[in-house]
Amino acid sequence: MTVPSRPQHVDSPGSAEDRLLEALRSGSESAYATLVGRYHRPMLAVAGIHIRSEAVAEEVVQDTWLAVLSGLDRFEGRSSLRTYIFRILTNQAKSRARREARTVPLSTLVEREAVGDGSPAVAAASFSDDASSWPGHWVSDPRRFAAGALDQVLEAETRSVLFRAMEALPPAQRAAITLRDVYGWPAVEVCQVLGVSAGNQRVLLHRARSRVRAVLAEYLDGN
Amino acid sequence: MATEGRIRAPGGLSCREFVELVTDYFEDVLSPPLRARFETHLAACNGCQGYIDQMRDTLRLVGRLDDDAIPEDGRERLLDAFKRWRASR
Repeated sequence: MTVPSRPQHVDSPGSAEDRLLEALRSGSESAYATLVGRYHRPMLAVAGIHIRSEAVAEEVVQDTWLAVLSGLDRFEGRSSLRTYIFRILTNQAKSRARREARTVPLSTLVEREAVGDGSPAVAAASFSDDASSWPGHWVSDPRRFAAGALDQVLEAETRSVLFRAMEALPPAQRAAITLRDVYGWPAVEVCQVLGVSAGNQRVLLHRARSRVRAVLAEYLDGN
Repeated sequence: MATEGRIRAPGGLSCREFVELVTDYFEDVLSPPLRARFETHLAACNGCQGYIDQMRDTLRLVGRLDDDAIPEDGRERLLDAFKRWRASR
């Protein structure tokens, strides 16, 4: 509706996924590359909720791919391939975190990020209660980004601004925006993988989107 | 806060409140009355129109990051693992 629509290529675990699975089982390297391209970064984002070290998270994701492959012959397709992959990932990440004895229950982490800080979507100083307009109006109206600025997005610098903004987010917020907005997952699957309620998923997403918008606005407009 | 003759916020929402509802609006989970107030505010407020345009553009840009390449050494390791798996079957 109000959000720009884009191809939801990972949405329907129907026949396209069946074909991919079949190709993978028959040893197709390109099927494997497709899966890696589709899930590797989302996996890193989810592993990052459990594991602070980027290097260790990468190891966990690497181990997960090995486990996915070696379990493939036993995978019966009762769940989607995506569900299967992320179940293995979550188990691997949790047991790794446990071994390193720094496990914080996921629910606690996510709650802390979703409910904890109550930081506003836009810095409080952007609004004013002076009498020139209604209470809580903009000090200076945000304006749509210039079209030229948007074309720059494919440029390395703009991309790295966006990536850095996302990397600076708390891990559950980063996972939410990565899965929903970068990779186009439906909300219900994000709730499932993150183990959060629909409401908390929206709060995480809201914080993440608001923060990334603010960073982008500062970069493009200096406002 | 509201004093005599004070301008009333459109939809009874301040801009400060409006920005906190944007995700719920996009996700279509606002109650019908709140949604109506949100849209009334939006129609009357240039700043919030600009804000919501910025948010839509942000989402569009973020949605283009899905082609980001996996670092070379990680990809090599993934491919090696795949080849070993294939050879072992």
